[in-house]
Amino acid sequence: MFGFIGKRLFQMVPILLGITVITFAVVHLAPGNPVEVQTAMSLKTSAEAQANLKKLYGLDKPLTTQYVDWLGRFAKLDFGKSFTDGRDVLEKISERIPVTLTINVLSLILILIAALPIGIISATKRYSLFDKISTVLVFIGFSTPTFWLALLLMIFFGVQLGVLPISGIQSIDVSGLGPLGRLADWGRHLILPVFVSGFGGIAGLSRYSRSSMLEAIRQDYVRTARAKGLPEGQVIWRHALRNALLPIVTIIGLSVPGLIGGSVIFETIFSIPGMGQLYYQSIMSRDYPTIMGILVIFAVLTQIGNLIADISYGLVDPRIRLGGAR
Amino acid sequence: MSLKGIIWRRFKKNSLAVMGAAVVLALVLAAVLAPLISPYTPTQIDIDHVIAPPSWRHPFGTDELGRDVLSRMIWGSRISLSVGFIAMGIAVLIGILVGSIAGFYGGKVDSVLMRFVDIMLSFPTFILILAVIAIIPPSIFTIMAVIGVTGWMDVARLVRAEFLTLKQRDFVLASKSAGANSFRLIFREILPNALSPVFVAATLGVAGAILTESALSFLGIGVQPPTPSWGNILAAGKDNIETAWWLSFYPGLAILITVLSYNLVGEGLRDALDPRLWEAERHN
Repeated sequence: MFGFIGKRLFQMVPILLGITVITFAVVHLAPGNPVEVQTAMSLKTSAEAQANLKKLYGLDKPLTTQYVDWLGRFAKLDFGKSFTDGRDVLEKISERIPVTLTINVLSLILILIAALPIGIISATKRYSLFDKISTVLVFIGFSTPTFWLALLLMIFFGVQLGVLPISGIQSIDVSGLGPLGRLADWGRHLILPVFVSGFGGIAGLSRYSRSSMLEAIRQDYVRTARAKGLPEGQVIWRHALRNALLPIVTIIGLSVPGLIGGSVIFETIFSIPGMGQLYYQSIMSRDYPTIMGILVIFAVLTQIGNLIADISYGLVDPRIRLGGAR
Repeated sequence: MSLKGIIWRRFKKNSLAVMGAAVVLALVLAAVLAPLISPYTPTQIDIDHVIAPPSWRHPFGTDELGRDVLSRMIWGSRISLSVGFIAMGIAVLIGILVGSIAGFYGGKVDSVLMRFVDIMLSFPTFILILAVIAIIPPSIFTIMAVIGVTGWMDVARLVRAEFLTLKQRDFVLASKSAGANSFRLIFREILPNALSPVFVAATLGVAGAILTESALSFLGIGVQPPTPSWGNILAAGKDNIETAWWLSFYPGLAILITVLSYNLVGEGLRDALDPRLWEAERHN
């Protein structure tokens, strides 16, 4: 098992390097360099000052040297200083990670709780009314722009009914509340964001677990289990489900990029002070050090998601771990 | 019966897919005929009806400048559909090129190209698109290009997989031994037979591109006002969320219906093109 994980980690190295190359290239090969952007606001910046700034960012050196320098600093988690407020990028990012992770983990849990039963019941009762309705709903769920869903929920629960807060993660009067009150306040603020960010995933995962379950039910060992007279419940829940869960585990790891991409949208809509909102703000203000830092962190998170998927797949399926099947 | 005939017959049986195709056609028509069918021009201001709720005069209401929402949506469909088609066209072209080269040549070429695909896939696409948009000023053309350039990886994988099996087949080997060069083998012999999964991916991809464009425009970094797009009407809806639900409701519904239709057509195509399902049907 450790050999498997080690091999998998080793495979990540070239990909991680590639991620940094692309991030660097995207920011540096584009027309207009950071200095021009930073000085564009104040037209009076002298050529000399520009040259100084260039030197400060090392922009006067050849691209390859710049990349190696940048990578070296990056390896030491030195992401540089933000253009907008001069603060450490790492500091800016790390104070925003907890909110984003919390919401993403909560919505992942929501996705699992909602999607697995839907998919499994649809598969076992194929062509039933439940299956047909859930199939249609899944299609609609796939096609719904989540930012639109967020707006509708805000209008309905926030504006019309006035029962849920529509922005931020805490009320203004939160300091007057006890610990339990604070937790409840925080929870109320998270209901809509968590639901919105999990919504697309519910559609995707329930569809996926349905087809995975259908595949499992068709297998010979299920027929055998039925033939030897096991009760249907046991056939489904013990024999079929276990094997159907294998590919589902992978999909959960692979859903990380979608969740992260979504966090930019819903954190912006709900004014949640997380990484997604920070990314959006740095995009709008062209804060290159922050953009590059977050871009790499997001890509690494995606890699970790893939890794978790592979490792858990290896844990549940010895064929993968022992390298026989692939 | 010809192969096309079989596929068409199978597609027709799927009533949801046919419905989707009808909606897609209607939308294309509406986009083409926008100047004829929209009640107002998209920038025409009705000064007495600013942020007016839906009425006979303005079926979907008006926005914060008194512009007719229905008319802006009809004109906006031109943007959404053309971004969807062109972005997907770019993605499909790149995907076919990378996938067929990787699949045909195999070995080192294949591992380098596929590693590159892995790297591209490890960025959340939407995040990468935002980064590029931050650097290049947003316009309809940059958005088409960026969505295309960041969306070709699935097509590349599909085409590569097809090439890996097809290049071993007798008709390819025969053509090769008859002296066909690589160019002919790739584009004349193998590629035409590798395209059916690409059609499906392309249809679903149009839906994805429309969603991405609307999300970008909603965030204010896509199609820039006053050019109407479904996404930027929704952005106005967010700014007026307390007062004007219709600004949020209708454009989003249009996106939902459009994307849903493309998805239904894509799924219908997938089923119609899958020979394994033909077998299953014969046994039933």
